[in-house]
Amino acid sequence: MGYKTKISVLTGLSAILILVFLFTDISGNWSYILSRRITKLAAIILTGAAIAFSTVVFQTITNNRILTPSILGLDSLYMLIQTFLIFAFGSMKLTMLNQNMNFLLSVGLMIAFAGLLYKLLFKGEQQNIYFLLLIGLVIGTLFESLSTFMQVLLDPNEFMVVQDRMFASFNNVNDELLIISSIGLAAITLYALKFLKYLDVLSLGRDQAVNLGVNYDYVIKRLLIIIAVMVSVSTALVGPITFLGLLVANVAHEFMRTYRHHYLILGAVLISFVALIGGQLLVERVFTFSTTLSVIVNFVGGVYFIYLLLKESKKW
Amino acid sequence: MVELKNLLKEYGDKPVVEDVSLNIQKGKITSFIGPNGAGKSTLVSMIARLIARDEGEVYIDGMEISRCKSNDLAKKIAILKQSNFINIRLRVKELVSFGRFPYSKGRLTKEDWKFVDDAIAYMGLEDMQDKYLHELSGGQKQRAYIAMVLAQDTEYIILDEPLNNLDMKHSVQIMKTLRKLVNDMGKTIVIVIHDINFASCYSDYIVALKDGKLVKEGTTDEIIEPSVLKEVYGMDFNIENIDGNKICVYFS
Repeated sequence: MGYKTKISVLTGLSAILILVFLFTDISGNWSYILSRRITKLAAIILTGAAIAFSTVVFQTITNNRILTPSILGLDSLYMLIQTFLIFAFGSMKLTMLNQNMNFLLSVGLMIAFAGLLYKLLFKGEQQNIYFLLLIGLVIGTLFESLSTFMQVLLDPNEFMVVQDRMFASFNNVNDELLIISSIGLAAITLYALKFLKYLDVLSLGRDQAVNLGVNYDYVIKRLLIIIAVMVSVSTALVGPITFLGLLVANVAHEFMRTYRHHYLILGAVLISFVALIGGQLLVERVFTFSTTLSVIVNFVGGVYFIYLLLKESKKW
Repeated sequence: MVELKNLLKEYGDKPVVEDVSLNIQKGKITSFIGPNGAGKSTLVSMIARLIARDEGEVYIDGMEISRCKSNDLAKKIAILKQSNFINIRLRVKELVSFGRFPYSKGRLTKEDWKFVDDAIAYMGLEDMQDKYLHELSGGQKQRAYIAMVLAQDTEYIILDEPLNNLDMKHSVQIMKTLRKLVNDMGKTIVIVIHDINFASCYSDYIVALKDGKLVKEGTTDEIIEPSVLKEVYGMDFNIENIDGNKICVYFS
């Protein structure tokens, strides 16, 4: 299969899933159900694309196929913010608190945190991206411990609310936030387009990239900022979702079998649509909400990934 | 011409390259020799802006490199480091085509592909250009990397230990190719090399370094001398003239 065929197959599959998701199993009030589903679908497409893009880029920058942006500690920070809000103000007040406020607060804090992290790191001359990851990992663990600490002190009923937010969910996305997020993500994507041409060369590693005339430090900094914004907006919109990235990026690598990033990224984005919409269909229509999306996506995707690896190992 | 002026690089308080000033002549092969830890790789990395220097200046054809655009430098000088670990699946031809990035930003024109094909032909890789890099032997891989540097079409080429892990036959093959590049195309080549006899047989100029400092530079004849080599390596060399080449015997 050529790259274009593969992309067409994925596009076709996504289109079918979208149609199934929108138009099957409708009973009762047509227009209401449809508008709810369109909102959900928009959230899926937005976050799926952002996570797929940022993970592929992140793996290219780090030259490492098992890392995802979650190592920067952004989703741990999100959980800490949510836990703290409930811990400090109680879930009743929180529901009263404007959802938009919560969203803006989370996005703002996450981006500020990433900015601080980068600033600390890029101050020195010998910048090492693995040092950034190490600090992100350590601080992320600290955030998690703080969250756990507050969670065990919570009233069980309040804890249920926290638990709800630990998993990505597309079921109660609000329209206004969706629009804000789309504008934010569209703007950052537009900015990111400028740097796409460097990605292929960056995958050769730092020395080769510098040798071939890439202004390495400048480009890496910009790409890291783009990743932080994308992950922050997606996480604040639907909850911790970086789990999707590892799987989607690796399946895209195995499926597309190319180093060319415009195919790789397009493939990853489409695969994440298939995984999220397919997973959401299963969660809603088969399991009737008795399980979470991340469980389904990781299970099905994991099995497919193992299949790809086994198939590959036979060739040797 | 490449001019280095008072280059200094420190890691912590320890200088790895200290006060090195020298000129690298155009259209010649210049070899950097010296024991492990002499700062050879650091020095050539600084020339090619892979490592930032703490003090000093590097002029390439009269232009200070920190005042040049990185992309313009990539059309003037190319470096190949000693270990090239690439963890993506690449065919030989795809690797070589990366050499055109400074010119085409990834959208190769017909002319770019001609450079790629010429580089592949020059390194004798035509029959394996569609193979994956990880399927190649060490010598073939090294030739593929050099082909990429050739496709970059720069006047100056720096090779950091190009003979690393190669057997005698492949080493000779590569050194002959480098000689040919200088003679046929007028390239300027800088190599970091450990095998003193290869340096003696193939280079025009030799730069001897020790503990980050320049010990002596000069023509091959001037450097391949027992007294100079003893100062650099701290051991005795027996130098014989065989077929017009100075060969060092130091094995016992």
